[in-house]
Amino acid sequence: MDALISPLLNGSAQGALLLLAALGLSLTFGQMGVINMAHGEFLMIGAFTAYLVQQVIGSSDLSIPVALPVAFVVAGLFGLLLEVSIIRWMYHRPLDTLLVTVGVGLILQQAALQIFPSQGVPVEKPGWLNGQVTVFGYDWPLRQVFTILLATVCVAALSVWLKSTAFGRRIRATVQNRDLAEVTGISTRTVDRLTFFVGSGLAGIAGVAASLIGGTNSQMGTQYIIPAFLVVAAGGIGQLKGTVVAAWAVGVVLSYFAYWTTGSLAQVLAFILVIVFLQLRPQGLFTVRTRSLV
Amino acid sequence: MLELNDIEAGYGRTRVLHGVTVPAGKVVAVLGHNGAGKTTLLRVAIGLIKPTKGRVFFDGEDIASLAPNKRVARGMAYVPQGQQAFSQLTTLENLQLVADGRRRGKALIDAQLARFPALEQFAARKAGLLSGGQRQQLAIARALITEPKLLILDEPTEGIQPTIVAEIEHTIVQLAGEGINVLLVEQHIGFALDAAEHYVVLASGFVTHTDQGGSAAVSTVRAAMAI
Repeated sequence: MDALISPLLNGSAQGALLLLAALGLSLTFGQMGVINMAHGEFLMIGAFTAYLVQQVIGSSDLSIPVALPVAFVVAGLFGLLLEVSIIRWMYHRPLDTLLVTVGVGLILQQAALQIFPSQGVPVEKPGWLNGQVTVFGYDWPLRQVFTILLATVCVAALSVWLKSTAFGRRIRATVQNRDLAEVTGISTRTVDRLTFFVGSGLAGIAGVAASLIGGTNSQMGTQYIIPAFLVVAAGGIGQLKGTVVAAWAVGVVLSYFAYWTTGSLAQVLAFILVIVFLQLRPQGLFTVRTRSLV
Repeated sequence: MLELNDIEAGYGRTRVLHGVTVPAGKVVAVLGHNGAGKTTLLRVAIGLIKPTKGRVFFDGEDIASLAPNKRVARGMAYVPQGQQAFSQLTTLENLQLVADGRRRGKALIDAQLARFPALEQFAARKAGLLSGGQRQQLAIARALITEPKLLILDEPTEGIQPTIVAEIEHTIVQLAGEGINVLLVEQHIGFALDAAEHYVVLASGFVTHTDQGGSAAVSTVRAAMAI
């Protein structure tokens, strides 16, 4: 029983973390055609922000709730800076953005190495995350439950924002048809900037959650970026529902493979599965039905 | 209202328009065969293509350097070719998108739903699932919510069933009557010339003929287009 339940629950938490990392990518890749390899470093910035907030506040019980919005804003501002200074010149040139943002990611990693110890920094878990809940006889760590709740809240908030607000409508319109959005009177530049801010900010929140589960160091972003891209591709570009399902599936599959084999082999096997899946269904899990060709 | 002077424009190294001038007028029709440069001219007018030469004036202001959304804010609206809509947004969301932030947003939407009753019936349906005619009505409604001074229409009746074509033509005439200026690209020459104060015939990116509109001009234009 444990062989079935424990990878499922651990994998669900891992999927939630992947989802937080992939949400922002889904927005920016879907809307702007930007492959932002520095997205993982925004996650790292979120994790270091959690550490710094903890240093200022002292109490770990309070610091994590405070760190979440702060990390969102800090990572969002870094994303905005990247968009305004570099990305804006490279829309719909995926290869160029990939190369440039790999460079930006390396610069951010080196900057973190200069500021923080190379072995990383500890982010103390708050007391209220130290327990477990028992699910089918398995003691599920509360910090994993917290990650799932955090991802659920973020997805719900993003979904409501995209669906029910004027800005959300503008983002969805720009994703679908940039030229039409522009001639409809939408300032696609403003939409791009805000989308990049929100997308990067979500990576910051993912960073806070990641700091509670694993270590906080300058390299931590690299371990999330490739799985996050796979999640976006498998879910269907710009499809929130697809991203949620794909993140959970990748997390759980990775976890089962890791349980049966090793962590590294699990990554290889999961990536092979995603590649095979994309060969069979290149449009991703979810697509949009429409009568028009446009 | 809108004046295009000596426009040269194209795509990359391919020049499509060669010194095209379109005079200002209440209703101006641009006619020509496929590939004559009509759509390119309208894309220059709304700002999707920057001309390599020439000037674009709107209400006396040189707007050549303005982005399309700024032109819309100044009172231009554009209905592109091909019944384009935001297919994943509902009919109502397509309209809200334009009404958002406008003082009388709700009233503007209601007015267009009253003008095009089919849109009200399918308000909650995704625009991608509407018929071609309904999508074109949606495109026109979306443009009208901006309360434009000038409506630019690119082949509004192309590929649409005859009953809806008649409705759309009626709407265009009605809008011109309401004081909205119209720049119209249309294959249906009889209708276009009937509605137009001026017309311009394009061939291979050059203006080959221009004069006042009216039904009397039909034979001249047909001769100019060698139909």
